[in-house]
Amino acid sequence: VTAAVATEDLLRELAPQVLGVLVRRYRQFEECEDAVQEALLAAAQSWPAGGTPANPRGWLITVASRRLIDQVRSEHARREREVTAAVREPELTASLADGAPDTDDTLILLFLCCHPELTAASQTALTLRVVGGLTTAEIARAFLVPEATMAARISRAKQAVRAAGSEFSLPPAPERAKRLRVVLQILYLIFNEGYTASSGTDLYRPDLAREAIRLTRTVRQLLPGDGEVAGLLALMLLTDSRRDARTGPSGELIPLSDQDRGRWDAAQVADGTALIDAAMARSALGPYQLQAAIAAIHAGAARPEDTDWREVHALYKILERIAPNPMVTLNRAVALAEIDGPEAGLELLATLDRDSRVAGHHRLHAVRAHLLERTGDRNAAIEHYKQAARGTASSPEQRYLEARAARLAAGRT
Amino acid sequence: MKYLLIMHMNPAVWGALTEEERSEVGNGHGAFMDAITKSGEMIITQALADPSQSAVVRVQGGQPVVTDGPYLEAKEYLGGFYLIDCESRERALELAALIPDAKVEGLGIEVRPVMFSAGTLEP
Repeated sequence: VTAAVATEDLLRELAPQVLGVLVRRYRQFEECEDAVQEALLAAAQSWPAGGTPANPRGWLITVASRRLIDQVRSEHARREREVTAAVREPELTASLADGAPDTDDTLILLFLCCHPELTAASQTALTLRVVGGLTTAEIARAFLVPEATMAARISRAKQAVRAAGSEFSLPPAPERAKRLRVVLQILYLIFNEGYTASSGTDLYRPDLAREAIRLTRTVRQLLPGDGEVAGLLALMLLTDSRRDARTGPSGELIPLSDQDRGRWDAAQVADGTALIDAAMARSALGPYQLQAAIAAIHAGAARPEDTDWREVHALYKILERIAPNPMVTLNRAVALAEIDGPEAGLELLATLDRDSRVAGHHRLHAVRAHLLERTGDRNAAIEHYKQAARGTASSPEQRYLEARAARLAAGRT
Repeated sequence: MKYLLIMHMNPAVWGALTEEERSEVGNGHGAFMDAITKSGEMIITQALADPSQSAVVRVQGGQPVVTDGPYLEAKEYLGGFYLIDCESRERALELAALIPDAKVEGLGIEVRPVMFSAGTLEP
C-alpha cells in the first residue's frame, strides 16, 4: 500500500510537468492530455510492483509520446503527417525525456484549465485532472457523480480550451493578474467542496481539501511574491486546522465557539499564521489575506472569550471596503454584536434585508436567530432558526439549526 | 450541485393528448438525454410504472400492513425523474425547461436541490 501511495504522490507531481513537455512539442492539448493520462495509469499499475524507474519523468514522457503517436496514427487524421514525423526522429523523443525540466509549465497549465471561457464546474474538473494528476474516476468519486458524467465534462472542457484558442504560454502581463484571480477562485472552490462535503473519512474518496492545499502550495512556490496566493494558502491551512473539531461523533456540526480547541491542528495553525503575518507585512492587501488574518485571530484565541473581536471587526470593515459583498457584512454583524451587543448586530443585519443577493438567505436567518436568542426574544429566534433550517442545502447544518430551535422551544438554553 | 428534476404526471392531462403529441414528448426525452449526457450533467434518469402497480406499506403495531394501489386521492403522481449535476440553480431551471413535459399545458417540472447522497452512482 505504501508503494502505491508513494507512486501516486510522485505521479501527481510529475503529471503537469510531463504534459507541459508534450504540449510544447506536439501542440494539441486535448490529445496530449489523453496520452499523459494513459501513461499515468500505466505507471500506477506497473511501478508499485516492478519498481520506480530511474528517470520516472523520462519514462512517463516516452510512454505518453508513444501513446500520442499511436493515437494520431490510428485516427488517419490530416495532422497525422506532422506527428508521425516525430516517429522518424527517435532521438528527439529521447532528448525530450532527458534531464531536468527547464521550465515549469504548471502555471501555464493552471491558466489554461481556469480559462475564463469555461464554466466553474469544467475549470474545477480540468484542473484536478491536468494539474492535480487525478484520474477521471477519482474526480468522479470526489464529486459523487458517475465516471461517465465526469468523463463527458472533462472532454467538453478540453474542447472548450481548444475552441478558445489559447496559446501555450503565460497570459500577457496586464491580463495575468486577472487570470490569476480566476485560478485562485477555482482552488478555493475545490477546497470548499472538500471541506464542506461529507464528514468522516472515506478512503476511496479523494480528499479535495488536501488536494487544493497541495496545488496552492505549488502556485506559491511558482509565485512566491504574490500576497494573495500566500493569503489563500494561509486561509486554507487555518480553516483546515479545525477539521477534526468542527463535527461531533455522529457528524453533527459544532460551531466555532463550542469547538474543543485542543483538537485544532496546532502545527497547521502555526504555519498558516506565520504565512499570513509575513504576507501582510510585505504585500498589498487583498481579500484572501484579510480572510486569512481573521481566521488567524480565531486560531490564536485559546478560549472563545479571548477572541479579539475589535480586530476581527476592523478587518471585516476593510474587507467590506475592498471587496463589498453582503456575506462580509453579515460576518461583520457577528463581530459587532460581540463588541456592542446583539442589538447593534441586528441593526446592521436590517440593512441587508433590502439586498436581493442575501435577503431570505438561510445564513441571514441563522445569524439573526443567534442574535435574537441573545436578546432574549425566544419566539422570534425560533422562527428564524426554523426558516434557516428550511433554507439550507446542507444536512448537518439543517440538523444543527433544528436542534437550536427545538432547544429554545423546550425552554432550555 | 445536484438537482432532482421531478416529472409529475397528471393522467387527466396526459389522457387528453393526441397520439402524435405523446410520441413527441417521448422523442423529446431521447434528445434531452443525449444533450445532458454529452454535457456531463446527467447522473441518472428513471421513469416509474403506473401507480396501479404500487403497493403502500405501513407498519402498525410492529406489523407491516400492505395495501395495493395508489393513493387514490392524489390527482398527480410521480412519473419519473432526472438526477443531474450542474453548475447552478439557473442552469437546472434552464435544463428543466428543455424537458418536453414542461411544454405540455397542465404539467410541469419540479426542480429541487439534493441535500444528501449515498450509495453507488454508477447506473
